[in-house]
Amino acid sequence: SPLTLARPQYTQPQRVRPLAMASALSELLFFNTNDGYPEAILRGYRSGILTTQDYANLTQCESLDDMKLHLQCTDYGNFLQNEPSPLATTVIHERCLEKLVNDFKYLRAQCYEPLNKFLEYVTIEYMIDNVVLLVNGALHGRDMNELLEKCHPLGMFESMATLCVAQTTEDLYKLVLEDTPLGPYFKDQVKFEDLDEMNIEVIRNTLYKAYLEDFYQFCKKLGGVTAEVMCEILEFEADRRCINITINSFGTELTKDDRRKLFPEIGTLYPEGLLRLGRADDMDGVKAALEGFPVYRGILNDVEYDADKSLEDAFYEHAANLNKLAFMQQLHYGVFYAFVKLKEQEIRNIVWIAECISQQQKTRINQYIPIF
Amino acid sequence: MSAAVNASAGWGDVFAEVNPYSISATGIGLALGLSVLGAAWGIFLTGSSLLGAAVKVPRIRSKNLISVIFCEAVAIYGVIISIILQTKLTAPDDMTNVTRQMYYAGYSIFTSGLTVGIANLSCGICVGVTGSGCALADAQNASLFVKILIVEIFGSALGLFGVIVGIIQSSKATFT
Repeated sequence: SPLTLARPQYTQPQRVRPLAMASALSELLFFNTNDGYPEAILRGYRSGILTTQDYANLTQCESLDDMKLHLQCTDYGNFLQNEPSPLATTVIHERCLEKLVNDFKYLRAQCYEPLNKFLEYVTIEYMIDNVVLLVNGALHGRDMNELLEKCHPLGMFESMATLCVAQTTEDLYKLVLEDTPLGPYFKDQVKFEDLDEMNIEVIRNTLYKAYLEDFYQFCKKLGGVTAEVMCEILEFEADRRCINITINSFGTELTKDDRRKLFPEIGTLYPEGLLRLGRADDMDGVKAALEGFPVYRGILNDVEYDADKSLEDAFYEHAANLNKLAFMQQLHYGVFYAFVKLKEQEIRNIVWIAECISQQQKTRINQYIPIF
Repeated sequence: MSAAVNASAGWGDVFAEVNPYSISATGIGLALGLSVLGAAWGIFLTGSSLLGAAVKVPRIRSKNLISVIFCEAVAIYGVIISIILQTKLTAPDDMTNVTRQMYYAGYSIFTSGLTVGIANLSCGICVGVTGSGCALADAQNASLFVKILIVEIFGSALGLFGVIVGIIQSSKATFT
């Protein structure tokens, strides 16, 4: 694929294998049996993602009610119909997310294995956030119903309510191991005693590392175009996590060993970049560690020379580009993951524009990430 | 025609023992079976994408049925060929004497059926995969439909090639 040419080849170039060709042919011939309908539905959803024209209209709105009018002409339709005016940005955010969740649920209802498993993997990321929120709340004695409302809707699963009724930490840990889909990620990494002692962020990052590595292996096993597209995207996610963990750990009491343990080991930075990132003390250390990786060096340079762009924005932009490329090929699962991520980015954009409008600070309104 | 094993018997004798009628009947079955397999394969490949894409964009429904019609044509070629070939299977007066002409007829009908069958199988799959892409592309951008249709037209010509060659192969085949 054209993307792999941009990266230096540290591994042996792949020989053409007859089994690989057979699997490519089998994608062409058999993909549509089970997954043709969901893919076509998904491409219908994708055509509704806001374009630069829509964003141009939205940025020229004077008030949130104007935005509501403009959004009526897009795929969102009358989703804000029943909201009392004046609108708040949190309401817009909630309704947009609700639409994404409904679309996603419809898609999940149409799928067979292994697409079903793939879509479950996509939602596990949000489940991790929800479970960490609930466990933290349970340990500190917060009101569980309040926390249930704050949970991300994409990460809901059936046994969530049972987490709220656990009496002791031991019960909670056992419930999490048995009832939730996150059991395997807790099993080896986070022990029962750690629930009380470990910092909640460390727990979240440990779970996320286990999940990312698991997802990566699953995509690799699926093979074909899915593996090609998804592994590229997941490697970038892993690298981005490592860089963010490093930068966020400066000035905290996280030791370098602990930091090293949180790095997912599936990205292009593994093993040399991660070694150097693990030893970095400040931004200069990070820059030195990323010297040998042209993509990240380029991103860091962009952020340095452009005062308005933050590292977070640059990463979001790169991720959006990778996700867009997933749509260039037919007959693979990467489009499902890419769609969820692009819709999330779109919701972030809409909320950013809404915030700028409601606070009357239109100077930075054009700093959303354009998608299509 | 004896069942005794001869020291000098070889593969030629094995093939000579098989009745030419059965060989040609197998060929006719292959012609129809493989053609219908190709047509069905193509239709499900196109149909599933068409169904999904039409949920969001209903206007593509009628136009994209052309892809399904191209696949169906493949099955019709198979039916035509098998009917033509089947009319050549005339019953002989005397079955004890298998002539050279009968062997020729048997083998030529078999290979004619095989040719048409495999050509139509490939054609059906080709039109199906292309039709699936066509439905998805048409849903996004209506101007793409005619251009992708041209690809499908070239694909459906493959089935016609098979039919033409098949007819030529079996033209001189008669059993009596």
